[in-house]
Amino acid sequence: MKKPSDSRAPAQVSRRAMLAASTAALGLAGTRAAQAEQKPLTVSEWATQLGRPVDDHAYGVPSKFEAGVIRRRVDWLTATAESSVAFTPLAALEGIITPNGLGFIRDHGGTPDIDPAQHRLVIEGLVEKPLIFTLEDIKRFPRVNRIHFCECAANSAMENNGPQMQAVQYSHGMVHNAMYTGVLLKTLLEAVGLKPNAKYVMPEGGDASGLTRTIPLDKALDDCMIAYNMNGEALHPGHGYPMRLVVPGWQANMWVKWIRRIKVGDEPFMTHEETAKYTSLMKDGRSRMFTWPMDAKSVITSPAPEAPWMSKGQNVISGIAWSGRGTIKQVDVSLDGGKNWVKAQIEGPVLPFSMVRFYVNTDWNGDELLLQSRAHDNTGYVQPTKNMLRAIRGRSFNYHNNGIQTWQVRKIGEVNNVEVS
Amino acid sequence: MSKFRNFALAAIIALPSVAFAAEAAKPVSKVAAKDYGLGTPATLDMYKAYLIDVRPDGQGAPVGKGTVKEGEKLFGDQCSSCHGDFGEGVGKFPVLMGGEGTLTRDHPVKTIGSYWPYASTLFDYIDRAMPFPMPKSLTPDQVYSITDWLLNQNNIVKDDFVLTNENIGTIKMPNGNGFYMDDRKVAEKSFWNANACMKNCKPTVAVTAKAISLNDPPKDAKAAAK
Ligand code: HEC
Repeated sequence: MKKPSDSRAPAQVSRRAMLAASTAALGLAGTRAAQAEQKPLTVSEWATQLGRPVDDHAYGVPSKFEAGVIRRRVDWLTATAESSVAFTPLAALEGIITPNGLGFIRDHGGTPDIDPAQHRLVIEGLVEKPLIFTLEDIKRFPRVNRIHFCECAANSAMENNGPQMQAVQYSHGMVHNAMYTGVLLKTLLEAVGLKPNAKYVMPEGGDASGLTRTIPLDKALDDCMIAYNMNGEALHPGHGYPMRLVVPGWQANMWVKWIRRIKVGDEPFMTHEETAKYTSLMKDGRSRMFTWPMDAKSVITSPAPEAPWMSKGQNVISGIAWSGRGTIKQVDVSLDGGKNWVKAQIEGPVLPFSMVRFYVNTDWNGDELLLQSRAHDNTGYVQPTKNMLRAIRGRSFNYHNNGIQTWQVRKIGEVNNVEVS
Repeated sequence: MSKFRNFALAAIIALPSVAFAAEAAKPVSKVAAKDYGLGTPATLDMYKAYLIDVRPDGQGAPVGKGTVKEGEKLFGDQCSSCHGDFGEGVGKFPVLMGGEGTLTRDHPVKTIGSYWPYASTLFDYIDRAMPFPMPKSLTPDQVYSITDWLLNQNNIVKDDFVLTNENIGTIKMPNGNGFYMDDRKVAEKSFWNANACMKNCKPTVAVTAKAISLNDPPKDAKAAAK
């Protein structure tokens, strides 16, 4: 058995993260150990004694050998742990559904523990009949189930000025993909009735930060939802329990969690999160605002710095792609830093505003590879390189970095976050 | 006083119209009320406590007023531990003043004075989200005073300016004209490319940069999480 090297750990960003990182490496090692051993099989101890009771964990937890597969926060990134982000461990995940306990959390004032019996949602403003809803009321409306990605507009922002984070968890981990159950916002807006001059809605969070955003009415009436379940179960507190807004394809910041109010208005509200933040400063010193849709993006999640290949020969390149403008049509993968591309195999469901999973099988001879992936969506948009983004935007745009990621597979056990010419 | 030096300049820059943004929302025909018999019909009294939004023209601003002097005191007591005595920021906590003229530089300093387009946003945000450990604990007059002091600190209003619900919609911000609607479909039109290259797309490929020292925070680390 080969011992995992330090390079397999996520970025060594703090003592705490380093400790967590070595746990992660051990977790991965557990799943990779057996292959090198050349001994006859023996009967394992777990085949000769009883295991634990079926309800040992009343709410199930993963195997202890997966203990490294956890959300992580970067200590130096934010001033507090309440206004901060815990990143999705993308390298360990497969398929297109992110488990609820692992989907990233970005809070602006901590995660509240809201008593659903006391929570209320009020819809007011330019409406015929303001209504106050309980969670029970909301659950009595007709339901829909939708699978959507949710990506923070600041995902990969640390990579804007060059490769920064030696782990896909940190470079791309502000995204998750889940099935939401809830009521279409359109249905609720019908219930209150809109005044003719209604043009925008403003969702507001019921947490400490009371986050607000402006959403144009055509989007609100198209596919937005008030969701209460995520991947089958009730939303977790970090994802907005007991109810959150789902804004398919658009910046996660607009998916207001713990939603307590929707105001209908006739002008944009110009809130903190759409003026001071979530605006992109261009090289001429002016800024784009209301950059709502997330452009097509993809990333190879394994191999990755924290999940390098441990053997030559047959290996699987696995990755995810998504587009906030529609449906993923095609994903290309390059092994040579973007010189030549092959079409990846998209495996599993292909849905609008949802992640897809793609694969390329390789026979690796151990030589250096420069792995990239490139997403195409059904509007014809093709994921650009980071340099293409910089040529138009400059270097201070912060948000919406969907540039092509390069992983340098240097040798067995080593993958680096790099940029190429 | 020197902190007042840019007042004249700030004042002649017109308040940007929010009308341009209205184009983003196509006119939507009236959605007919449909009675599901769900929800509790509510009078204003029942949800008044939630109505804390203030928009650029001042709509929603609660009746009240505040002064720079009072704001300075309140800021010292309730805000300076994180944001510094002058709003300069402590550690990684946000900087609330300065940064004029840096927006085209490599490491722009985006503050209330250098970046924010509307004064209403400042009142609205402090009122709902600050002080960070005790949000929604300030009275409207206290929020007017602190907002007034922060505007003064950023050379946007004079020392004796009294900020009220009547005039908050008239404050002109230095970077008020610095924003435009998402233009990616035009400015980034070249990314819609039906003929993406698949073979021999470039002559050579070299590694130009590598994530190495991860113990040092990147210079723009603060910006990254916002
Ligand atoms: C315990 C520390 C703390 C205290 C005390 C505090 N703040 Fe803050 N402030 C923060 C944090 C953290 C943020 C960023 C919140 C986020 O990320 O959403 C912030 C953000 C802000 C912002 C937005 C900055 C920007 O550029 O977007 C303003 C304005 C502000 N605070 C004003 C105040 C005022 C006024 C007070 C006193 C009434 C105050 N703060 C007290 C921690 C604090």
